[in-house]
Amino acid sequence: MSQRIPVTELTGGFRDRAEIALADGQLRTNFRTAMDSLMKKRADAFPDEEEREGLRELGNRTKARALSRLPDLLEQLEAKLTDNGVKVHWAETTEQANEIVHGIIRARQGSRVVKGKSMVSEEMEMNDYLAERGVECLESDMGEYIVQLDGEKPSHIIMPAIHKNRRQVSKLFHDKLGVEETDDVNELIQIGRRTLRRKFMEADVGVSGVNFAIAETGTLLLVENEGNGRMSTTAPPVHIAVTGLEKVVENLRDVVPLLSLLTRSALGQPITTYVNMISGPRKADELDGPEEVHLVLLDNGRSGAFADAQMRQTLNCIRCGACMNHCPVYTRVGGHTYGEVYPGPIGKIVTPHMVGLHQVPDHPSASSLCGACGDVCPVKIPIPELLQRLRQENVKSPAEGAKVKDGGAKYSRKERLVWRFWRTLNSSPVLYRLFLWGATRFRKLTPKNVGPWTENHTAPVPAKRSLHDLAREHLARNGGQ
Amino acid sequence: MSELFYDAAPNATRVAPERPGPRHYPAKPREVILFGTCVVDLFFPEAGLDAIRLLEREGVRVHFPEGQSCCGQPAWTSGYAAEAREVARAQLAILDADMPVVVPSGSCAGMFRQHYRELFADEPDTLKRVESLAERTFELTEFLLNVCQVEWQDLGEPTRIALHTSCSARREMNTHLHARELLGKLSNVERVDHDHESECCGFGGTFSVRMPEVSGAMVMDKTQSLMACGADEMVTADGGCLMNINGSLDKQQQTFRGRHLASFLWERVSGEGKV
Repeated sequence: MSQRIPVTELTGGFRDRAEIALADGQLRTNFRTAMDSLMKKRADAFPDEEEREGLRELGNRTKARALSRLPDLLEQLEAKLTDNGVKVHWAETTEQANEIVHGIIRARQGSRVVKGKSMVSEEMEMNDYLAERGVECLESDMGEYIVQLDGEKPSHIIMPAIHKNRRQVSKLFHDKLGVEETDDVNELIQIGRRTLRRKFMEADVGVSGVNFAIAETGTLLLVENEGNGRMSTTAPPVHIAVTGLEKVVENLRDVVPLLSLLTRSALGQPITTYVNMISGPRKADELDGPEEVHLVLLDNGRSGAFADAQMRQTLNCIRCGACMNHCPVYTRVGGHTYGEVYPGPIGKIVTPHMVGLHQVPDHPSASSLCGACGDVCPVKIPIPELLQRLRQENVKSPAEGAKVKDGGAKYSRKERLVWRFWRTLNSSPVLYRLFLWGATRFRKLTPKNVGPWTENHTAPVPAKRSLHDLAREHLARNGGQ
Repeated sequence: MSELFYDAAPNATRVAPERPGPRHYPAKPREVILFGTCVVDLFFPEAGLDAIRLLEREGVRVHFPEGQSCCGQPAWTSGYAAEAREVARAQLAILDADMPVVVPSGSCAGMFRQHYRELFADEPDTLKRVESLAERTFELTEFLLNVCQVEWQDLGEPTRIALHTSCSARREMNTHLHARELLGKLSNVERVDHDHESECCGFGGTFSVRMPEVSGAMVMDKTQSLMACGADEMVTADGGCLMNINGSLDKQQQTFRGRHLASFLWERVSGEGKV
């Protein structure tokens, strides 16, 4: 049985949590199996490399164009949505966003909320905020429902319960819902579905996320595979959509390539089972739909990323999760190890703007810079390049003034000195050759224990003679230089 | 709302660089510079020497400038750009000649070709030399294959080998394709695939000492899959991965080993069996 890692009880840093995760054989098998399958699905969904690369290029440019006009597009979106009867709210912080959401619920004297999947609501920790104020929030996405039932947080942005296998889910349902244990996935889904159906009808408010907010028409586009998103946004009398302000695009034409990139990169689907386009509350002559629709646009550090030409590229993200599916680090440690809402490569580059580098000081280093993430990103965010930049910001001294929120989290005078020494050695041919001479001549004195390296390796012993030596001798003999 | 953007840089939006087209290769030059790399210099000098021999065998005269040290990658990937820049500046001066620079390591070649531009982005005068170096830099297998256009006779016994390619070499230099094609020219060598072949071995420069838990899990998986694939040995064109993989195999007290591709190739084409 897997050792559960409840995020809320996690202490220590990335490395402490990684150690626990790495020792959990079940967890590692669950992730490896799931990620292998997702990588294959994505590969199969893009059989034509030329087409895939062209589409990624288009995706990148489409997002870049939208971002270049972000303030204008947001104002256009607000105006258009208002015309359509949707109330738009602006929130600079997650606290403000929660107050807005709670205010809307309170005005309706609501006490029951049913939620479609939304990572922004996770960012806000909306469930906890509302629960403290007597409002019950029920997750209706199957994966979200499972992690909520177990008091956990999502471990993946698309598949929140991917860290559990079917037996673990079956045991959970047995313990929490009192149903018979079963290995049948369809039966498990039916159990969840029966529980949730009633809740949709009883809810006062439905909450959802947004995949694309279209400025030209004032449309909120939401993709999902379970129908719970459509239920959450249409069955209750009030619908509140929450989203990050980077989700706005110019027009519906721009959605076409982005949507294709999103569903193919995420789950290898040509399109999701449901594509919801929400453009306002129920009109006088319509039979169903909510009476009120609200959109909460959350900043939470995004404008800080926007202000930096290089880090602005983090706002290209369409939240497909392909970077984590292909990440050798994420595959081994799972999403909870990151200790934040957004795990994996994308989490490492968006989280610092939200919470500051001091809260996630090890995240930029938790990568071998292998580049798998950047290679599969559907909107071509240069993730390794941005990790590199964050590493630079992370080691800046207070005097140098880091340009990313709470930078300098890893500033160490001692480490800086080590690199200065390295620099002096490697930029002075005389010193470097002296070092080679010493290291090869006294190779027998190489210590057996060279810190963290020897946890996984034997200590590397220098060769008897350096290449400098061998090459000089060889080339002199062969008449070279 | 707009006050959220008060400090936004105007026109700061970046788009991804165009995909590079296929590289244009020059005719075989009379002479080249070998940049040995610091890891090969100290830990795998025979591989550097074998690279020289392979080049000389093609009639190319090799220079080995004595002043060379490290490309600067360790500091660069650790966030110490200023320190990396000074080391890079020293290499730029030493490699400033009108001939190709051949590097027996894809990640170091990638450093010259891709990242020196970023290091010297604010120095227009230096950038000219950076561009010249980028243009002249070739990873060893790329150079043998596309510039020397080698045709080899395989003098070795039949063998099965696994090929591991460093991630940056794969991404920045296409080394996996070049190495595969070169190995394909050896009639007695069978290349066998290993599980998760394109996955990182866990080295990542200082990542291996900053995150030994995760890095260790990665290299453990890599070594297990290499040993399980049925190959007699592993070859790689990158010293960092080689140090990582062999160091782990040694710690596990395994007999399976990897070696530098240059040494393997030289053994095959020279007939000098040296196991």
